Amino acid sequence: MTSEPIIEAHSLTKRFTVKKKTVEAVTDLTFQVERGALVAFLGPNGAGKSTSLRMLTTLMPPTSGTARVVGHDILKQPAAVRSSIGYVGQLTSGSFAQRVRDELLSQGAFYGMSAAASRTRADELIESLDLAPFATRSVQQLSGGQKRRLDIALGLMHAPPLLFLDEPSTGLDPQSRANLWQHILDLRTEHGTTVFLTTHYLEEADRYAERVMVMDKGRVIADDTATRLKSHLAGDLLTLSFATTADADAAIAVVQTLTDREVARDGQASVTLTAPDGDALLPAAVRALDAAGLRVDRATGVPPTLDDVFLALTGRTLREAGEGEPSDEHQDENTQPAAAAEKTGVQR
Amino acid sequence: MSATETDTAVKSTPTRDTWNVLRRELKPVIRDPFTLIFSLVQPLVFLGLFAPLLVGSSGRPVGETLQWFVPGVLVMIVLFGTGAVGSNLQYEMMTGSHERTLVAPLSRSSLLVGRALKEIAPIVVQALIIVLIAWPFGFTIHAPGLVIGLALLAVFGIGLGSLSYSLALATKDREWLFWGVQQTLIFPLLILSGMLLPLDEGPGWMRAVAVVNPINWVVQAERMLFAGDLGSVTVLWGWVAALALAAVGLWVGIRSMRRSS
Ligand SMILES: Nc1ncnc2c1ncn2[C@@H]1O[C@H](COP(=O)(O)OP(=O)(O)OP(=O)(O)O)[C@@H](O)[C@H]1O
Ligand SMILES: [Mg+2]
Repeated sequence: MTSEPIIEAHSLTKRFTVKKKTVEAVTDLTFQVERGALVAFLGPNGAGKSTSLRMLTTLMPPTSGTARVVGHDILKQPAAVRSSIGYVGQLTSGSFAQRVRDELLSQGAFYGMSAAASRTRADELIESLDLAPFATRSVQQLSGGQKRRLDIALGLMHAPPLLFLDEPSTGLDPQSRANLWQHILDLRTEHGTTVFLTTHYLEEADRYAERVMVMDKGRVIADDTATRLKSHLAGDLLTLSFATTADADAAIAVVQTLTDREVARDGQASVTLTAPDGDALLPAAVRALDAAGLRVDRATGVPPTLDDVFLALTGRTLREAGEGEPSDEHQDENTQPAAAAEKTGVQR
Repeated sequence: MSATETDTAVKSTPTRDTWNVLRRELKPVIRDPFTLIFSLVQPLVFLGLFAPLLVGSSGRPVGETLQWFVPGVLVMIVLFGTGAVGSNLQYEMMTGSHERTLVAPLSRSSLLVGRALKEIAPIVVQALIIVLIAWPFGFTIHAPGLVIGLALLAVFGIGLGSLSYSLALATKDREWLFWGVQQTLIFPLLILSGMLLPLDEGPGWMRAVAVVNPINWVVQAERMLFAGDLGSVTVLWGWVAALALAAVGLWVGIRSMRRSS
């Protein structure tokens, strides 16, 4: 049984005119997503991720191009598209004047759920997203991360065949992030939901997404599995430190026999290399060095970040790419510490 | 297999959607009814400070003055309260929750009509409170006139609220523009409706403008209704004005909501 793709975008283009200047937010976006896939859309601030999602969710008509979402044309059958998708926007979904539980119940009603089903589902989500202490508070009184958890709960109230999430994990602590992902994975197992999300975190895309699309300046510049993107374009940064510079020099030759990537001296008495599959290479290198009589003092392996992949793709770092985008700076800053948190978090 | 998910798809019907939007809009009001009372401060100030001035200048008894003044205050509550509700929507547009409801399978019209209908609740509650406060001071209540008067006020509010929402949808994230337009319109409309001071003594051009100001017609009709004069032609004209405003407001509002993104 073959089925048509759940998303088919053909040359979607969106231009804005701001102060008589044209901004090419999205240019010629063409792609397909198969049913049941989990696709991550990566890119720096202003890349055009949200604009792409807005077009696909019928929030904004494309300047040109077409798309079919869950079998319906976004321009000709917007109501049909809306009734088969779920969406968590980048901003706050809950109305500031409303109470948390009330918003969840309203959302259930909007999606045609019975009052009883809405209550059950709302209480389930309140429980599992740790919203219980705030259930009767107004949205205005929630912290940023608590608001985000409510946004996610709202997006998960009904079980649509296709769920769009615009930076769902931004502003969440590691625990809440793990929680969010558990929900997304549960939805997929229980309902076969197709998930299309944007993120700034490669680790997240890496861990969960089957497919990663990298966007820059309105264009998709890479579309592959996270593993292949990383191994082709970046790699884990391995650092081995020794007691003396002489040991470090000697170590270069030993480590070089294990990889075709360039091994280099870094700083005083350490060597570094960037390699795919660093997790396996690191212990192998330590063993080989031990055997050669070179004692490794410290060994670290840092997985590549979106920044590394992006740098390899464009020759620019994300920070440079994000320049001229005065708002949202914090999102870039989040990338590094959050990446570290993700590594240490206890997750499945 | 055809990819169309008829089993999971939600069928959207305007009536049910409107009901759901209305229910959602009423929740904050029900959760926090005191906000309704706090927003009565302004009309109460007018009642407490303006009415004595009117009594003083006209030399008529308090009861008679209130009979003339209170219906105007009720219309003023709608003008200031309901005329400003667009700012709530504007806030939701900026914070993101409007976007969420736009992606939900709700008919566009329900997003406007549900909101406009919600205005009935605060209007009726606030008007009743004002009437009850004025009562001990000699304001006479004619039950049928009161009921019809409140209904007229509600229809007027639906129209004005829809227009306020339309203004919010048109001005998008430019709050200053919303308030600028709103204030520029509201004060002339207020004064040229004979709500606070009779226009009989005003210059000819003012009276001419008042004739085409639908709010003036509503105020006049409310005065007749609260005096118990239900059969007056003025009442009929008040209804024509309020219904016309509601029709125009809803039409403009639904159109704006359809174009909202
Ligand atoms: N409503 C709008 N009017 C004018 N320009 C816009 C509008 N929305 C987006 N843009 C511009 O389009 C470009 C793409 O914006 P978009 O919001 O899609 O980026 P993004 O990839 O989601 O970024 P972020 O990671 O910061 O959320 C940016 O240059 C932005 O300034
Ligand atoms: Mg975005």
